[in-house]
Order: sequence, then structure tokens, then C-alpha cells
Amino acid sequence: MGESSAGAAFAGRRVLALETSCDETAAAVVDDGHVVVSSVVSSQVDLHARYGGVVPEVASRAHTELIVPVVTEALAAAGLDATGRGAGPVDAVAATVGPGLVGALLVGVSAAKSYAMAWGVPFVGVNHLEGHLYASLLEDPELAYPVVVLLVSGGHTLLVRMGGPGRYAVLGRTKDDAAGEAFDKVSRYLGLGYPGGPAIDKAAERGEPDAVAFPRARLPGTFDFSFSGLKTAVVNYVRAHPEVSSEDVAASFQRAVTDALLEKTFEAAEATRAVGLCLAGGVAANSELRRRAAEKGEAAGLRVFLPSRAMCTDNAAMIASAGYFRLRSKGPTALDAGAEPSLGFNEPGSSLSRS
Amino acid sequence: MIPRTATTTSPEETRRLGASMAAGLEPGDVVLLVGGLGAGKTTFVQGVAEALEVTDDVTSPTFTLCQIYRGRLTLLHADLWRLERLAEVIDLALDEGLEEGGVLLVEWGEGAEPLFGKDCLVVTFEPGAAQSERRVTFSARGERFAARMEVA
Repeated sequence: MGESSAGAAFAGRRVLALETSCDETAAAVVDDGHVVVSSVVSSQVDLHARYGGVVPEVASRAHTELIVPVVTEALAAAGLDATGRGAGPVDAVAATVGPGLVGALLVGVSAAKSYAMAWGVPFVGVNHLEGHLYASLLEDPELAYPVVVLLVSGGHTLLVRMGGPGRYAVLGRTKDDAAGEAFDKVSRYLGLGYPGGPAIDKAAERGEPDAVAFPRARLPGTFDFSFSGLKTAVVNYVRAHPEVSSEDVAASFQRAVTDALLEKTFEAAEATRAVGLCLAGGVAANSELRRRAAEKGEAAGLRVFLPSRAMCTDNAAMIASAGYFRLRSKGPTALDAGAEPSLGFNEPGSSLSRS
Repeated sequence: MIPRTATTTSPEETRRLGASMAAGLEPGDVVLLVGGLGAGKTTFVQGVAEALEVTDDVTSPTFTLCQIYRGRLTLLHADLWRLERLAEVIDLALDEGLEEGGVLLVEWGEGAEPLFGKDCLVVTFEPGAAQSERRVTFSARGERFAARMEVA
């Protein structure tokens, strides 16, 4: 992404960040890369109710309508005045530049550039996935490195080794479906509703995790994942046993997913001599994944960081944090750089790259 | 030639079926993939991608809605599972990607029939008698694919 190579190191403290890569329109103000001053997510704003049931990322109109109210609210909650002339209320403006749908991304990117230009402060583009890596840091500034981060959401399943802010290596990823997608699809198939993560989590509480022996895909010699076969196995099982309780299927499915995720995560932590591990992304809100990660971490002598639910799901505070560290290490992003819908996260050792 | 029907007995065979169909794809082609959960749609597209010399891993586009892969032909891989209304499908502007000479494969493609149904290939995946068996039906809509189909 178009970085301006020159320029003095970023010495500011306060970053406003905008996030519009997916379903949420979000804005946050964060100081020093880890002190959350304010964080607003559109589902908390009344305006959002109108779009209930729709996928707003395709209707970038929804982001367009929400972005200014959300930013204004984030600034107000931080005690700042968005209309103030003269010196800008923040030291830099960050926005998610990818991955995501181009129309949705451009809303946040364009707005962020406009604020940056109006206030005369630097703009910095952030990879959404990189943002998720900072969720634990925001809630635990004493985070010791290196850590292995399991990033699991509707669209992504990644294992990343983080040596420190700005230093990452991708260890593994899904070869087919993301973990969160498997939750959503199985949930809808079982008639448990959408979004599937909380629905399966709840149903599983009343089910028996050993009721059905679903397969665990193990891709030997890698830290990669596969959930497509598990999804198909659930469909096949329910088709062959229509009388089975959906609670038992949900519990057994959830056990299979968490087994697969945790096995590779702990193997990766051991293999890369990590001192801790972090969960990130929407699936990190799953109660069984959290409980078992904590148990296994204690047994293995690894520190396990479990971000709060609000920090697991999409938010702009994590984008502000990632933007802050990116500004310090690599400087601002050129204002003529666009959105990068296919932005990847794949070269070991490098911070950002295209897929 | 594109077969009218095929039966596969493993994901690997479904992948190979995708690869053999891909050999006959031309720039601008639209293929709608129809079938339930776990029917083999993404696996089929992985085979198509291999034959189109795409080097990236092809993963499910359910959340991203549309993924673009560079190969011998550009592969646009879309998924409408999350979308409920035609207006949302239209917003994806899938036809714009096609104008640059790619091929478009759409999972849960029935949702795009109003847009592309008059001139496309519909591939339907149904469960077979055995658990790993899939019956795959290829049906040409309009003139574009008609000449490429095996004689019934």
C-alpha cells in the first residue's frame, strides 16, 4: 500500500480510526496505541435499526449514512469537537483499507482522508486483520511477546505469531471455510438462527459434546485448518438421523471445532516458543473456546489473553491501535492510496502483503 | 464438451469435474452453482481454479461475498448465501468484473438467476445414494453454452 517513505517518525499520541470493512460502521479514539478514549460501533446507534436484517456491507449507502454520526459520537464521547477549526482534535486518522468489499471500504477510507486533510494530520491505512491482532493489547498493555494469535471470525481463520507490534508471521490458515462461517451455516441448517456463533454456543450448553463423533480435519505438518468436511459431516449426520437433538449436534460440532482450533494453536505456540496466546475475532467470544483455551494454557504454562466480547467483534479501537504502531514504524499512508479489497496477510515475517 | 450429468463419489472427483469443465470456459462466462450445504460447490470451484492456473488457495467466499483470483482467465468467485434480496445481489456489481474478461462462478447461484439466468450455465449438485456421492447436472441457459454441451 502506498506508503510515503520520507517523513519524521510519528510523535503524536491520539488516533481517530474508522472501520467500514464489514457489517459495522465504527469509529474510535485511542491514545498511545492502547488507551481507548471512546469506541462507537454502529449497532449501538439508533440509525442502525433501519438496516436490521440486511447485510450493510453491500449497501455501502448504510455506511455512508452512518459514518459521520458515528465519528461525531466517537469524538464527542472523547470530549472533542468535530467542527473545531485550527488545530485538529487528533494527531492522526486511521482507516481500514482492506480486506473487504471495495464500496464499503471506500466509505471509511474517503472519510478518514477528508478528516485528515481538514485537520492537517497524517492518514494511515490499516489491514483489518492486523487490527484484530491488537485487540488483546488494548485490554492488556503489559502483553508479553512473542504470542501466538488465533484469529477466528466469519471470514477469517488465521494463526499468527506476533513478535511485537508490527512484527508478524502467519503460521496457518483455513484451506476452505472459516470457523465462524461453519458456525453460521451449521446453525442455520439446524434451525438455530443467525448469527450462528451465539446460537450454537447457547444450544450446546444443553447438549452432549460426545453425542456425535464428528471428524477433526488434521492437516499434518502444517498449522492449517479445514472446516468444510466437518460441515458436510453435520449435514450427512442430520440427514441420516433426523431424530437427533439439535442441542447434541450443536455441542458435538462445537467440540470438534474447538478441538481443531486449540490443537493447532497450542502446537504452534510450542513450536515457535511463544510465551502466550491470544484469541481474536468474533469466534473468540465462544464460551467453550475461551474456557478450554484458558484450561489448556494453564496446563501448558502459557499465558492466555481473552479479549472482551466487544473487542473480539469488529471495532475501530483495534484499528486505531494498529494505525498508531504503523505510523511509528512505517509513517503515514499516501493520500492517493485507495482501498485494497483483496489485501492479504500472508508473507511470513512481513507485516502486510497482497494475497 | 460439457457433460449433461455426472456422478462423483469423493471431493477429489468433484474437484476434477470442476477442472474438466473449466477447460471449456471462455471470457465472460457465467456459471451458477446450485446445491445445499456441503454439496461440493466450493470444492468444484477449487478444481476450476486449478485448471485456470490460479496459484492462490481458493477458500469459501461466503463472508467476503466475492473473491477475485488471477489465472489464465480471471476467476470471480461469488457466494450469495448471506444475501436475501435481489437488490443486494445487484449491489455486488458482479457483471462489472466480467467486462474485463473474467469468468464468474456464483455459489448459491439461484439468487442471481434474475440477472444471469437467460445466458449462463447452471450446475446443480444433489446428494446421491451413498453419503459421499453427488449427482451433478449441467444445464445450458440461452445460446452461449448450447454449442458446448454434449449431445443428449
